[in-house]
Amino acid sequence: MNQLDSTILIRVRDLHFTRGDRVIFSGVDLDIPAGGVTAILGPSGTGKTTLLRLIGGQLLPDRGTIEVDGINVHQLRTAGLYALRKRMGMLFQSGALFTDLTVFENVAFPLHEHTDLPESVIHALVLLKLQAVGLRGAREMMPSELSGGMARRVALARAIALDPDMVMYDEPFAGQDPISMGVLVSLIRRLNDAMGLTSIIVTHDVPEACAIADNIYLVSGGRVVEGGTPTALAASESAWVRQFMDGLADGPVPFHYPARDYRADMLGIETG
Amino acid sequence: MINPLQMLGQRALDSLARLGRSALFSVRVAASVGPALMRPGLILSQIYSVGVLSLPIIVVAGLFVGMVLGLQGYTTLVDFGAEESLGSAVALTLVRELGPVVTGLLYAGRAGSALTAEIGLMKATEQLSGMEMMAVDPHRRVMAPRFLAGWLAMPLLACIFTAVGILGGYFIGVGLLGVDDGAFWSQMQASVDLREDVINGVLVKSIAFGLVANVIAIFEGNDAVPTSEGVSRATTRSVVNTSLAILGLDFVLTALMFGDL
Repeated sequence: MNQLDSTILIRVRDLHFTRGDRVIFSGVDLDIPAGGVTAILGPSGTGKTTLLRLIGGQLLPDRGTIEVDGINVHQLRTAGLYALRKRMGMLFQSGALFTDLTVFENVAFPLHEHTDLPESVIHALVLLKLQAVGLRGAREMMPSELSGGMARRVALARAIALDPDMVMYDEPFAGQDPISMGVLVSLIRRLNDAMGLTSIIVTHDVPEACAIADNIYLVSGGRVVEGGTPTALAASESAWVRQFMDGLADGPVPFHYPARDYRADMLGIETG
Repeated sequence: MINPLQMLGQRALDSLARLGRSALFSVRVAASVGPALMRPGLILSQIYSVGVLSLPIIVVAGLFVGMVLGLQGYTTLVDFGAEESLGSAVALTLVRELGPVVTGLLYAGRAGSALTAEIGLMKATEQLSGMEMMAVDPHRRVMAPRFLAGWLAMPLLACIFTAVGILGGYFIGVGLLGVDDGAFWSQMQASVDLREDVINGVLVKSIAFGLVANVIAIFEGNDAVPTSEGVSRATTRSVVNTSLAILGLDFVLTALMFGDL
């Protein structure tokens, strides 16, 4: 048990979170093992991005705990939280590159902010990171000149600039053409293994997630519906898992948004 | 019957909440001012974008306002044979009121709106969130340098506006309408007091307006709903609120400074 414990990097227990009247999470338990790629899958609007923000300490849960490497994220004061965040990289869906800085300056940003390294060392480090994502030649470009896939790769280079322990990916595959998608999929896996990272991917792209993840959690309706290896999930009998993994239009998640009776609605009959 | 009442209550509560958020935000920015001062490079580049780039509009507007003052002042004063007082009329109007107020309004339109839109868009494109996740405090890295730069730029812009305005009045009064050159300047020198008018007027007012204008602009950007519509609303609110705040504050300051004269 103890040995198993030591390999868990992120431990989420009984997580509750509401936004306004909407319940996002009601009792989520997750274990994210160190050194692997864990995918968190779920339909749009289930709060997958919110989960990453909770792990990063940008949001406070209503109840429950999130521990990163044994540290309770939400009991940290600002300085402690910032120290922890230096060990986390996060790739936002939009890339979140600074539009007034070049590609090079974007990747150098965390190094300039957090280290006193001489400029020549920073230069070398940035080129290393850009080489790793294949964009060393694009260093003088502005973010507005990059394609969506390139922007995401630059953001990835920036996320690993400080050599973090873990990287969180927010919908890394959304809106990518097949080539960029393939590049990103292999990049996430390669970086994870080469740098000894722990990767968390939040996504709704099932085939890509199955291709690279060691573990998958399916989240829906504020809870973890099922978790396991991609093969275990592919063999799951659960109707909900089948619907999601196979992309069926109707099933436990109904095709229709809850509405009044169709006939009554069309005829304009007022029903209570 | 209850609905309009509910709406009114909701509005009042929303405004109060915004006021509270803006107070908290101001405190956080104020607390970040010290660390931001350690990085003058960031402040300098912001002074360039809010101050130097505002110069053309400030100079052109100052020139025209001064010329109009010269023209209007002359037509009024000449009836009383007092056109030699044109210099002091133009200078006092600019130094006490129009310099800081018009500069403040132009600043809100030119630089304040840009600040709000920039910060709002940084929020909408997750740049601020990204910064936080990189363990960089946006209050220190983004808000405080912009606030300091804007606050510093405003008195300088107001002084330039006032000086150019006086020159505009001079061109029209002396150059075009034939007011005596020596009288124009000596009357101005005799009636404008350094402490009462220049420091109290241009300086204190523009420092106060600069504080208000930049706090509002940066707060509105940071408080914007992160969508294109949200940013556009925030930009509008920023300009409207700043303008109203400057005019209201101007009355209060004028009453305090010149009320008993």
